[in-house]
Amino acid sequence: MLASVASMALIALLVYKVFDQAGESISHFGLGFVGSSVWNPVTRRFGAASFIYGTAVSSLIALLIAGPMSVAIALFLTELAPMRVRRPVATLVELLAAIPSVVLGLWGIIVMAPFLNGTLEPALRSALGWIPLFSGSASPFGLLPAILVLTIMTVPIVAAVTREVFQTVPTELKESALALGSTRWEMVRMVILPYAKSGIVGASILGLGRALGEAIAVTQVIGDETGIHASLFAPADTLASRVASTYQGATSTLEISSLAYLSAILLVFALIANAIARLIVRRTTVRMRPAGPGPGPGPAVTVAEGKA
Amino acid sequence: MSVGGAGGGSGGGGSASAPSRAARATHPLLAPNPGLRRRKLVNGAMEGTATLAALIAVAVLALVILSVLVKGISAINLDFFVKGPAPFGQSGGGIANSIVGTALLVAMASVLAVPIGILVGIHTSEFARPSVAASIRFALDILNGVPTIVTGIFVFGLLVVGHVQSGYAGAFALAIIMLPIVARSAHEVLSLVPSSLREASLALGVRRWRTVLTIVVPTAASGLVTGALLGVARVAGETAPLLFTSSIASNLVSTDPSQALASIPVSIFTLSEEASPAAHAQAWAAALLLIFLVVVLNVIARTLFGRSRARLGATR
Repeated sequence: MLASVASMALIALLVYKVFDQAGESISHFGLGFVGSSVWNPVTRRFGAASFIYGTAVSSLIALLIAGPMSVAIALFLTELAPMRVRRPVATLVELLAAIPSVVLGLWGIIVMAPFLNGTLEPALRSALGWIPLFSGSASPFGLLPAILVLTIMTVPIVAAVTREVFQTVPTELKESALALGSTRWEMVRMVILPYAKSGIVGASILGLGRALGEAIAVTQVIGDETGIHASLFAPADTLASRVASTYQGATSTLEISSLAYLSAILLVFALIANAIARLIVRRTTVRMRPAGPGPGPGPAVTVAEGKA
Repeated sequence: MSVGGAGGGSGGGGSASAPSRAARATHPLLAPNPGLRRRKLVNGAMEGTATLAALIAVAVLALVILSVLVKGISAINLDFFVKGPAPFGQSGGGIANSIVGTALLVAMASVLAVPIGILVGIHTSEFARPSVAASIRFALDILNGVPTIVTGIFVFGLLVVGHVQSGYAGAFALAIIMLPIVARSAHEVLSLVPSSLREASLALGVRRWRTVLTIVVPTAASGLVTGALLGVARVAGETAPLLFTSSIASNLVSTDPSQALASIPVSIFTLSEEASPAAHAQAWAAALLLIFLVVVLNVIARTLFGRSRARLGATR
């Protein structure tokens, strides 16, 4: 149908137009753009390295925190929680995903940043200051608040997908493990986790894709500063947040084009992450359950739970 | 992660006699098991961790919503809804221009994205060959994964460069974000419609397109509305695509979409970057309004979805 063709064309146009806008910058800086950490509108020297570093560090660490936590939440929701609690808690976790990022960013600036600056960062530094990540002086803006905000944003997504994957684990397998005398955790470790492994990986990469591309909340808390610092407390910047924070301040066409170049790099990262994640998730869910998982609203808990 | 099959293996010895839970403790094969205590401890620790993680997630949600509620509610008054931002240096004022702007932007985006999205959903679930449908759905997922700031840059290059920022450009950017959400959920809902209904209609000699139009779509109608509402809820809170397309707006209430329109998320963003407590108070109030809007839309969508799901499940 025409509508489908139009949406396919839209994607192609989107990719083309972003690269087209980046054209001036691409021909000006070439691939050296990726390796340079300078961003100076006055001397018209632009480079992406410090933003790539910020993006990579913030979203990877956020994922390191969010991944295990989401798996734990999903386990709680599919195996541990009393039946009456499962639906409401699952809904609440999904509502967390619906909070607009700008509101989380606002909360990050006004509530979380002072707490980090005054309490958490000094504590981390005195306890773990010998690790470069936790050295340097505390500041309300920086990578750490960005990581925490991204964690809050990715947990619900990863948890929701992981929960759906866990629900596809056949009850017979779980019951067999329990009947053989394993404790519930052993059942989880030896049956559920191996069975759902690729699904968990897919869900995590999906979360990574979201974290990579988040612009607003990160801009609000990260401090918008060029340069690569070892410390998590220091202000930094990511690809997306640099684009967002410079939106009205761009002075030359070359700078605007460089912003588009940043977007193009980001687009490539995000597309790769999403494509991999979707392929993995689709393969596992298709293999396990012909009817795909619901879009936003979680499917009713239809899996017959023999053992609660 | 692969270590420690020993515990599970030794427990397996007792399964032949299938002991009841009470008998298992005293069963000779299991009772002297030295690892059991440790295994139970590990089990307890892991269950505790998982429960804790869920509690933390709910607590964070509560924390965010409570701080928005507490800080926002004090700044909400009638002026907040009916007045534009106060001139520089004065107190008071409201975000009427943003409320109107968001309503317009989201409405225009919906007009664009909902029909196309539903058509795409109908195409992938009713007409396209499975392989084609799969690749279209994959493309939609990819589109859904495009960072919204990149969508903003795209529309900026397409519609704003050489012109001015406009409500149309903003709405177009929002529509791009909405499209995959609407299309995907339309597909999911339509594929829930029992094929017996389709076959009954086709067997009566009704043409394919009429079957879709008069049987399949009405059956799934509330589910289709769900998808649209979820799309609206999502884009109502989007800031990033509007920064480049519709952010330099006037402080007056404006309904002219050929000019940049103010919007609630962009207002929160700019207010939060200011240093004054008064601006922050307004930002909190706007955030409260936005969260209220988004949560209400989500709850309505979920209720509708649950209802249509139950109905379709019953007919199957």
